Amino acid sequence: MKAANDLAEAGVQAADRADTILPLAVKDVAYVIDGKRLIDGIDLTFAAGPRTIVLGPNGAGKSLLLRLCHGLLQPSSGRVTWQGPSAGEARQRQAMVFQKPVLLRRSARANVDYALKLKKVAREDRRRITEDVLARTGLAAVAETPARLLSGGEQQKLALARAWALQPEMLFLDEPTAHLDPAATAAVEAIVGDMRAQGTRIVMTTHDLGQAQRMADEVAFLHKGRLMETTQADQFFDHPQSGEAAAFLRGELRW
Amino acid sequence: METFSTAMTMAVGLLAGFDADLMEIIGLSLRVSLSAVLMAALIGLPLGAALALYRFPGRGLVMVGLDALMGLPPVVVGLVVYLVLSRSGPFGVMGLLFTPTAMIMAQTLLVIPIVAALTRQVVEDLWAEYSEQLRSLGAGPGRALPAMLWDARFTLTTAVLAGFGRASAEVGAVMIVGGNIDHVTRVMTTTIALETSKGDLALALALGLVLIALSLSVNGAAHALRRHAARGFA
Repeated sequence: MKAANDLAEAGVQAADRADTILPLAVKDVAYVIDGKRLIDGIDLTFAAGPRTIVLGPNGAGKSLLLRLCHGLLQPSSGRVTWQGPSAGEARQRQAMVFQKPVLLRRSARANVDYALKLKKVAREDRRRITEDVLARTGLAAVAETPARLLSGGEQQKLALARAWALQPEMLFLDEPTAHLDPAATAAVEAIVGDMRAQGTRIVMTTHDLGQAQRMADEVAFLHKGRLMETTQADQFFDHPQSGEAAAFLRGELRW
Repeated sequence: METFSTAMTMAVGLLAGFDADLMEIIGLSLRVSLSAVLMAALIGLPLGAALALYRFPGRGLVMVGLDALMGLPPVVVGLVVYLVLSRSGPFGVMGLLFTPTAMIMAQTLLVIPIVAALTRQVVEDLWAEYSEQLRSLGAGPGRALPAMLWDARFTLTTAVLAGFGRASAEVGAVMIVGGNIDHVTRVMTTTIALETSKGDLALALALGLVLIALSLSVNGAAHALRRHAARGFA
């Protein structure tokens, strides 16, 4: 119980950061390739607090939207803006975990250390943080194992540990459990929950309805590159506002 | 056929007896080619990786040029280095022509395009896989470059071995800038050319056997590295 209190306290502290870069505002964003509007007219605000699950069928533009938010892609039109005096440092205050983890060809520990080195964290702090996140993600025993020799689930946990080490204010997750078995999926969901408890804002895509129900506070539903609705989770699953979302929930949506 | 078997017997004899002249020639060959490959790797690895990671005007041209230079005839490189180092050339005062240093310079120039072009290809393929993650972690091309070279280390070793193969096998460049002077600039390939034209096949054949053995070991090492890499370490 004490541990839970500590985590909750840490969460409050992180959320109360005076120099927060949240909310993230997405204004009339479109992404066009070869004349195809893959993302179109998206208006969305991610305020501090809830976990947002971006839901939608394959090809809806979920991954694209995350990459646009994270700054890996530039929108063809519209704007993605972080707030506050520290908005310029937004790059260092956010992290992303991909569907297929990309790990460097070095030990698990060195992978976490590399990310901290890029952030110019001092050596002794890097050691401490690395030990901490490897322990929290259950990877302490494989710290010296070459990352590429870890199992799929361990690799994704390591990608999460690396993201966690950066103590991001915002974490984007692009279908992080799509390739994982149920046990590894549960482990990943638990780690994401712990990061959330420490005050990290979670935005995650999935096409797994069960996972969305387990994890969502709010749901952003995408269809054919358009945002159909952003709704509180309990309301979304009982009474979605759009016909497309209702059809998707019934498993009848065609694209 | 009799001359061949006689020459072969003598060649084996020279090798088995660690003939002093033979050892001197092999030693100089290895010194020249290994030095050249070391220099070429120091220049070619970062150069190739930079070409893979940075975007700049004229990049396509540089890449085509580099690929073309891979097939550069050694005699042409030899000629260029000769002109630069000759008494009337820009670096003539240094008196480097017909020294092992000149041979190392020529072979370095010959190997740089091979190492750089292969590195460019390898790192570019790897970057396709890594770029989103590294950019997400805040690494631009400059910060990513050492990590990319390190992660491609097994494949890049084979690129360097290919460079060594080229250096140790070429005759044209070292002949022109070294001059094939006995006990000074005589290496395996130039000796083979000279001794064969003189009709003295034993020494030529002995050196030929050494070169074949060298080529086999280089390719064996490359093969072993690739297998090691395939087991997940690279």
